[in-house]
Amino acid sequence: MKTDFWYRFLKNKMAITGGVVVVVLFVVSLFASWISPYDPNEINLHTVLLSPSWDHLFGTDQLGRDVFSRMVWGAGISLKVGFVATGVSIVIGVILGALAGYYGRWVDTVIMRFVDIMLCFPAFFLILAVIAILEPSIWNIMIVIGLTSWMGITRLVRADFISLKERDFVQAARAVGAGDLRIIFRHILPNAMASVLVAATLGVAGAILTESALSFLGIGVQPPTPSWGNILTAGKNNIDIAWWLSLYPGLAILITVLGYNLLGEGIRDSLDPRLK
Amino acid sequence: MVPLLVGITIVCFVVIHLAPGSPTDLQTDLNPRVSAEAKARLQSLYDLDKPLYTQYLLWVGKLARLDLGESFSPDHRPVIDKILERIPITIIINVLSMALIILIAIPIGVLSAVRQNSLFDKVTAVFVFIGFAVPTFWLALLMMILFGVHLGCLPISGIRSLNYEYLPPFVAVVDLLKHLILPVFLSAFGGLAGLSRYMRSNMLEVIRQDYIMTARAKGLSERVVIYKHALRNALLPVITILGLSIPGLIGGSVIFETIFAIPGMGQLFYMSVMARDYPVVMGILFIGAILTLVGNLVADVSYAVADPRIRIT
Repeated sequence: MKTDFWYRFLKNKMAITGGVVVVVLFVVSLFASWISPYDPNEINLHTVLLSPSWDHLFGTDQLGRDVFSRMVWGAGISLKVGFVATGVSIVIGVILGALAGYYGRWVDTVIMRFVDIMLCFPAFFLILAVIAILEPSIWNIMIVIGLTSWMGITRLVRADFISLKERDFVQAARAVGAGDLRIIFRHILPNAMASVLVAATLGVAGAILTESALSFLGIGVQPPTPSWGNILTAGKNNIDIAWWLSLYPGLAILITVLGYNLLGEGIRDSLDPRLK
Repeated sequence: MVPLLVGITIVCFVVIHLAPGSPTDLQTDLNPRVSAEAKARLQSLYDLDKPLYTQYLLWVGKLARLDLGESFSPDHRPVIDKILERIPITIIINVLSMALIILIAIPIGVLSAVRQNSLFDKVTAVFVFIGFAVPTFWLALLMMILFGVHLGCLPISGIRSLNYEYLPPFVAVVDLLKHLILPVFLSAFGGLAGLSRYMRSNMLEVIRQDYIMTARAKGLSERVVIYKHALRNALLPVITILGLSIPGLIGGSVIFETIFAIPGMGQLFYMSVMARDYPVVMGILFIGAILTLVGNLVADVSYAVADPRIRIT
């Protein structure tokens, strides 16, 4: 089973490209302090708004800080937010989806009705409203992004559970006397993890996009902490004189999100039982 | 429908009450001479001493009359007035975006499916993938730099030029359209990728159906087979997807209206969030959810109209 997945995965060029991007990003964020040439928060008013040069690979921003260094450190921030937010959404989504799929009837109706209600709110509005009420700290952002993206995972897990709960191994577990919770978490859930894994990878991509949009608007990661989104804010404020502030962070976001999307699609293709 | 409406009001109510402290603290905390009795009177004036479910019912009653309270900003205008004067622009931009999405994504999806694995299909697949990953606000900045700063041919802020009143009517309309080009295009960009991919997979499924083979066997021209028979059947689920993308469009309007300084509901939302103007924030949250609900309802009705097999509620 597992070797079959790896065999198909490694043959899939899309998946490998995505995987390489993701690994490179991890390495960059882990070794940020060795890779970045300058201190990302070091203000130097002699070097304000310099265009890219060998000294400053991506130029400097309006306070003279080196953009390349800020972007290297920003990678770690984006990844952190992406993972924690997706983690939150998976925990909520899996629990609700499992309960809805396994118990059915009124539990299912109530949970799916809740999902429909949450889907009526434009996610961005909800996130902004909640962050307006609490303050924009990095933890609040992570949790709020997670709280607005669990709906899709709930549906996926519920669909898996509905089809899996009639299978023989579930009957066997029940016959041996396993309780409901044990059946859900130790027997059915491992078989549903395939779609959850794909959704998680794609979810990280989405969370990174959302976090950068929030930071761009000034309601996400607050300066001076570097985030790709808030470098773009400086880009917007200096749009006529500093094109480099607008180009590079967005490019980084694009490549990162593309990498995670390719990886997620690659995993999905490798796990798809229909392509055997 | 009704349970959704009730659910929306409950979620809005919960979000409002997430705020730490009491709403009357704004007026009383900074004044040390305010007695406890005065604070209690203020609380009961705003019904804040009643149990939560009573507060909820009173609030829903106000909602039904579209009384969304008064803004915290210095002008203290009713929230509903502030929202209503900005909704038309946001709706116009979103409707135009949706029209653009439909006009571009559907033909692309159909052509990709009909010429599966051709160069066209592969190139569009690459574009779609990149389109999914592009942060649209970044694309907005780049296009502003290209078209506004370097080429100078498209305006990059507001919806009217400064000399709007002095322009002859035809030029004024063109001016308005010029201002709308970038926001509408960028707003549509996100939905383009998704819809064209969905359209493609739908068409592929439909083309494999038996009735298409029958149509071809009958001797109908390929064009009629594709555009009359296959397309109609593939189009139906697209209506649902369009309905589902409405919240995304409304939410995205926050970013675009802020970047392009367009006086719409999204920009009001952003400014109120920054100013912590809670009544306006809640009002727009509620209105946004209602707009989504209405959009989904329209999508459901259109689906029933388009597909004769589905004529139930």
